[in-house]
Amino acid sequence: MVEGDKTEATPPPARRRSLWLMAPVLVFGALAIVFAMQLLSGRDVSELPSALIGKPAPTFELPPLAGLRDDAGQPVPALSTDDLKGDVTLVNIFASWCAPCRAEHPVLMALAQRDDIKVMGINYKDNTENALRFLGSLGNPYSNVGTDERGRAAIDWGFYGIPETLLVDAQGIVRHKIVGPITAQKFEELQQRIAEVTGK
Amino acid sequence: MRLDTPLAMFAALAMMLCTALPAFAQSAADDERAKALFGELRCVVCQNQSILDSDADVARDLRSIVREQLDAGRTDDEIKTFLVDRYGEFILLKPVFSAHTLLLWIAPLLFIGVGGFLVLRVLARRSSTEQPAAALSAEEEQRIAVLLQRGDGDHAS
Repeated sequence: MVEGDKTEATPPPARRRSLWLMAPVLVFGALAIVFAMQLLSGRDVSELPSALIGKPAPTFELPPLAGLRDDAGQPVPALSTDDLKGDVTLVNIFASWCAPCRAEHPVLMALAQRDDIKVMGINYKDNTENALRFLGSLGNPYSNVGTDERGRAAIDWGFYGIPETLLVDAQGIVRHKIVGPITAQKFEELQQRIAEVTGK
Repeated sequence: MRLDTPLAMFAALAMMLCTALPAFAQSAADDERAKALFGELRCVVCQNQSILDSDADVARDLRSIVREQLDAGRTDDEIKTFLVDRYGEFILLKPVFSAHTLLLWIAPLLFIGVGGFLVLRVLARRSSTEQPAAALSAEEEQRIAVLLQRGDGDHAS
């Protein structure tokens, strides 16, 4: 019995050796598969995961964009932390000098039509006149706009590349972040996250 | 105070230096600290540069924030925590040593350990399986003796 076990446990030396020789090939194959999956996933590795996700939105208080009026002719209010509570909000960091902001603008206009979320803007290091002209010609999707002249509030949001869009739930917790313009792929993911947060 | 005598002028100059020098020394030390900190912080836009080397807009803002906080008397650790809260640990060029980065830190040791173990094992097996050279046959011994003798003869002549 003991002898039988022993012969079964150790395969013939030739077969064991060929298994060892196969090991580098197997390791290479496994690595190749992992790398290929990463490459084809379309994930941008230079994109930072936000440190804020799952945490309360930063505390900030920004002055309004002077001269900006809504359709009824009323001044568009400023933006501070308290404005984020009570509704699901998209906070969009934008500037008139930023070309990708122009590109994603129609998406924000469409999102502003939804009645289950609010779109609010942080006007980053911009000139008031240019910002007014930007929103005047393309339309204003924002229910509130705060002007961040020195870009300090943006840094509290972990900002590093304009435009950035953050999804904040009704309790004021950051749920999702998009760096760069809202492309079709990112829009799809955003819609999923919005559905999760609004519970629909 | 009249400054028309050399002594009075010297005294005034000395007073100025005495009050100004410590301030200079202080700002030089702060400069060193600021530079050291800049070097440890990653520029989030360019990613493989520190904010000391980067000319990006956000890097410039981060530098001025670090300076402001240094001036406000914050410690290096407080400033780093401030930035990590906003950007995550990614902003530190040198990863922290803790449970979730343990593998990162010990991986080189692990590789050396496992590799060394495998090499030693292979070497040990090779030396144990190596056959000792077979003893020379009588014929070979004789040929060697002949060759050696001829060598002696050559040497003597």
